[in-house]
Amino acid sequence: MSTHETTYIGAVMEAIDQEMARDERVLLLGQSVGGRPDDPFVQRYGENRVRVTPISETAEIGMAVGAALAGMRPVVDATMAEFLLVAMDQVVNEGNRFHHMSGGRVRVPMVLKAGYGFTAGWAGQHTGSIYGMFMGVPGLKVALPSTPADAKGLMATAIRDDNPVLFLHHYLLTLDRGEVPDGEHLVPFGQAVIRRPGADVTLVATGWTVPMALAAAATLAADGIEAEVIDPRTIAPLDTATVLASVRRTGRLVLVDQATRHASVAAVLAAEVAEAGFDALRAPIVQVTGLDAGIAYSRPMEEHVLPDEAKVVAAVRRVVEHSGTRV
Amino acid sequence: MDAEQTRAVLAMMWRIRAFEERVGQLKRADEVHGLIHLSIGQEGVAAAVCGQLRTADAVYSGHRAHGHALAKGASMARALAELMGRRDGLCRGMGGSMHLVDVEHGFLGATGVVGGNIPLALGSALALRAAGRDAVAVVFFGDGAVQAGLFAESVNLAALWRLPVLLVCENNGFAEFSPRSAHTPVERVRDVVAPFGLAGGTVDGNDVDAVWDAVAGLLPAVRAGEGPALLECLTHRLRGHYEGDPDRYREAVSSAEWRERDPIARLQRAATGDGRLDPDELPGFERAARDEVERAVLAARESPFPDAALAASLVYGR
Repeated sequence: MSTHETTYIGAVMEAIDQEMARDERVLLLGQSVGGRPDDPFVQRYGENRVRVTPISETAEIGMAVGAALAGMRPVVDATMAEFLLVAMDQVVNEGNRFHHMSGGRVRVPMVLKAGYGFTAGWAGQHTGSIYGMFMGVPGLKVALPSTPADAKGLMATAIRDDNPVLFLHHYLLTLDRGEVPDGEHLVPFGQAVIRRPGADVTLVATGWTVPMALAAAATLAADGIEAEVIDPRTIAPLDTATVLASVRRTGRLVLVDQATRHASVAAVLAAEVAEAGFDALRAPIVQVTGLDAGIAYSRPMEEHVLPDEAKVVAAVRRVVEHSGTRV
Repeated sequence: MDAEQTRAVLAMMWRIRAFEERVGQLKRADEVHGLIHLSIGQEGVAAAVCGQLRTADAVYSGHRAHGHALAKGASMARALAELMGRRDGLCRGMGGSMHLVDVEHGFLGATGVVGGNIPLALGSALALRAAGRDAVAVVFFGDGAVQAGLFAESVNLAALWRLPVLLVCENNGFAEFSPRSAHTPVERVRDVVAPFGLAGGTVDGNDVDAVWDAVAGLLPAVRAGEGPALLECLTHRLRGHYEGDPDRYREAVSSAEWRERDPIARLQRAATGDGRLDPDELPGFERAARDEVERAVLAARESPFPDAALAASLVYGR
């Protein structure tokens, strides 16, 4: 497979571009989309398929639901995840419900693309890792890419999916560069990937915390602790089987999550593993998450609220020490 | 309306009336499960609007949707089976009264959150235009939805993009449990949308000839892509907000007053008065409707309940 280097956000747009070229039912709508004749998407696909919308999240997303019901495959660029909150009825109580409520008679193939987690001094209202409030909503799928290649492959899969998909790209990864497959590239939903194999402890991380967990694993390896790093890639559907299988090998689980502790992927995975993998655990499950607090503006406070590499390393050491056996 | 159109509209109004009266009884007998909102008294709007639509035209409705679904062509038997939670229901028993969907007849759906359906109609209109078709989208909503933020957002967007949408407001003067005066100082919905330049206006929604003529006047331009229109139909719901509503927030109309306002009685008086219909043929409309409802009740009772596992298997479309 030939590849090329590009940015994380470039990979997202590459997938949208390729899917728009492949299927004329794909539309691109949003407040920061098109809007001028020299926009490359407008030039390629025309103003009927690429449309700038007013700051009317509810009408914009509701309209996308209606267009999907009528056979189109809209991609809404909602810009920031928090803007979805303005249109919550349409996001969690309309588009995602139709297939089920209609007894399977209709489908709503729609992508809501939004950035999240911009913890770089953006303070309270533009920094949340708010996927916890979406991952338990039936009918909605949620993708959290952590690499440029996955950003491309998950977006392509999202556009081809017959359900509403929340595609949340991490703002702090926007300009990260990486190798991305040329041409068609699809990453299946509900399949976690093991980013680094290891026998001593299982580390699960999403989005921006994946590179953090990998850095922690490298630090720990210098001390002879081999961490296995798993990236679920989609959190609805959530691949608990890969995590459980890993815990059965390692006996230890540390969950890393940028979200607030009580609305995190970590909390869901901790419950699943406690129920289905209790016999395999040699130490308590430890969660390294954001605090149950808003993101503060001032840098030291911002850092205090969030997980970081040192907190992950410390958690792993605690788990290893608890289980008594030096690995 | 000519004589044939009048017969078709009157037959549809009787079908809706008979269906909903029977649904009310079945609800009290606990054969219909869940929350039920009846449109008795408002049938004329559904029949006169949907009577002029094509199958390809998309219709959206809200929580008070039975009449719109039937008028757009949904089978009465399958609608009733849905309300009774049976396998042969329009939505296999998954949606019930507030979520009727009948894609085959272009009834794209009813949604239960007030106003949530309005942007959906815009999306259908956008898709129909993108596909190069001259079909339109129609959305029914009550005057209560006009105070929801998405009403303003949707009207703006529909006007801005000149979408082929007909917005039909059934203004019955009550938003859930309180009168219009408790919700807004603006009495007429047409005044709310005035700055957007939408075609349309306000008609007596219980004067079915007037609704028919207004729709006939608006539809060709909407279909031709000249932009959205809003038709405000002043009407009256005879029943409470939902079945079981004690309805203490308003005075009941007297039976004499109701005979004056009932859209079915009015159309029958008008059409026999001007010779469109023969008085002798009137009883047949009601009888046919009530017979159809009884057949629907028997069919729905025969239909089994769905396999409970369906609830988890339909979470995602595959």
